[in-house]
Amino acid sequence: MRIRFRLDGQSVEVDVKHTETLLRVLKDRLGVGSVHFGCGEGSCGACIVLIDGRPRYSCLTLAGYVDGKEVSTVAALARDGELTEIQKAFVENNAAQCGYCTPGMILIVRALLEKNPSPSDEELFDALAGNLCRCTGYVPIINAIRSVIKR
Amino acid sequence: MSEQFSIVGKPIMNAQLLGHVTGSTQYVDEISFPGMLWMKAVRSPVPRGKIRRIDTSKAEKLPGVVRIITAKDVPNNIHVNMAAIGIGPPDEPVLPEDEVNYKGEAICLVVAKDEETAAKAAEMVEVEIEELPPVLDMEEALKPSAPVIKKWGMNAFIFGSGMDGATRPGRPGRPLFLVKRGEVEIALKQADYVVEGSYLIPPIEHAPIEPHVCVAKPEPGQRLTIYTTTQAPYFVRDNVATILNIPPSNIRVVAPAVGGGFGGKVDPEFEMQVAVAAMCVGRPVKWRWTREEEFTISTTRPAVKIEFQDALSKDGLILGRKARLLHDSGAYTRTSPYGVIKATVNLSGPYYIPNVHYEGYCVYTNRQPSSAMRGYGVFEFSYAVELQMERDAKKLGIDSWEFRFKNAYRNGQVSATGKLIDDAYLIEVMKEAVALAGVSLPNHLLQMSSWG
Ligand code: FES
Ligand code: FES
Repeated sequence: MRIRFRLDGQSVEVDVKHTETLLRVLKDRLGVGSVHFGCGEGSCGACIVLIDGRPRYSCLTLAGYVDGKEVSTVAALARDGELTEIQKAFVENNAAQCGYCTPGMILIVRALLEKNPSPSDEELFDALAGNLCRCTGYVPIINAIRSVIKR
Repeated sequence: MSEQFSIVGKPIMNAQLLGHVTGSTQYVDEISFPGMLWMKAVRSPVPRGKIRRIDTSKAEKLPGVVRIITAKDVPNNIHVNMAAIGIGPPDEPVLPEDEVNYKGEAICLVVAKDEETAAKAAEMVEVEIEELPPVLDMEEALKPSAPVIKKWGMNAFIFGSGMDGATRPGRPGRPLFLVKRGEVEIALKQADYVVEGSYLIPPIEHAPIEPHVCVAKPEPGQRLTIYTTTQAPYFVRDNVATILNIPPSNIRVVAPAVGGGFGGKVDPEFEMQVAVAAMCVGRPVKWRWTREEEFTISTTRPAVKIEFQDALSKDGLILGRKARLLHDSGAYTRTSPYGVIKATVNLSGPYYIPNVHYEGYCVYTNRQPSSAMRGYGVFEFSYAVELQMERDAKKLGIDSWEFRFKNAYRNGQVSATGKLIDDAYLIEVMKEAVALAGVSLPNHLLQMSSWG
């Protein structure tokens, strides 16, 4: 089937199989580098994208589902080289070691803060429950996020 | 103190951070080439068995399948990862010829136009295996009654043997790595207390978030570029050169950012297969492991068992230690003999023990091969040594800080391996540590030093 959607503000059109996941289409067909494969089963969060502003596991989303929708990745956040607050906070807090989990983390936080600019720790941990990091340890990540939360 | 240094004590930004937060860091999975093919493995369903028949005829007929690679396609099939540092004999096939030695071992490889087709065809390959009783436990493996899984006739590595497995004249090989100093039996007899301890460390999976991915791209003139998730590009280059029988200078290894390794990406455990496939089909080939393969096939930290018998005097000194260490290498050698040496020479920990007898065994079992992980060898013995220190102190009825201070290496002492100790700092480090932890120690300990 042929689908058409907006990817980071650009419209794209691509032929996909009914069984093909969004992750595979983004990575293997459209060459999107910032979306990562970690588990393929919704356990790690490395593949998260925003679909119409809501965080979704692209490994569990069929490509056909995004027809007519808006898909955003972390690559579109910075404007003219200017990092967003949350990106800056990750850099300042050294919150990414290998970086494989980072795009998913940043997108989750972005979606959370859009809905709720001052989440409690509990709400924050809840939002991050589906994002695994094996390198950094969660403390620098949490510190980075806390630093941008308006309390 | 940090003013004296330009780097130490100063926060330095991870140079990759900007790439990480903007999603522009490049990992291997982003690398693709026009005309690239995909690969999947047919894996052994059993831990040990004889391969009776491999029938690829049905799978080959599936549209999109380009080639099925078996042991016959590998120019120099049997290798050992650590040949570069003289550890042998070669005992691991790139693809098995007649037997499988762990569950999940790749039997043959399917190269196809896409990943899905390769996976489907892999399921269509018929493999007939006569199952043999596996060896899954290290103690069992060392018993004379155990099935022997190694060609040299025992389930242990022969230390002191050359690359061909033959022992050098005047230096007999042994199935154990031995460290001996003083007279441990006398120490055990004269001891006021003998304290035994046995410690088991299970295999641990590194579980990086990025699974193994490799692309091999043939270049004109028997050359090859390999893009891979590796922590050790030179191991990859040397081993691929060995198994393809081409000079290492024909191989270029590109190691982009790695999405977590922790030692799990030190062994060239899949690049050789991708390289063979790419050379056979003359096109770039990509192999991306699944999360399941990451857990069940990639190396783990070795399972290790350490047993201690400590001879103690009632005034709180360790007079002697007898120890036995078993290290589960899994089905193949990989880097394990090196890990065993590292662990065995260090079984005293940072403490002075005048009489020792340490035996380290590199044991083979029908489990996925183990290898490096975050200071492997070292982590296992320190864990066991420090728990044993607690146990010893308890038996003596003294505080374990006191016991550690008393037995810590002093400069001028000689280690179990005969090294003159001239860089002991344990006492000073412990003093700093107790201060940070808010523990107060008696004065007679705080007055101790590594220089006296
Ligand atoms: S790859 Fe999608 S959650 Fe892990
Ligand atoms: S930084 Fe490596 S997984 Fe999070």
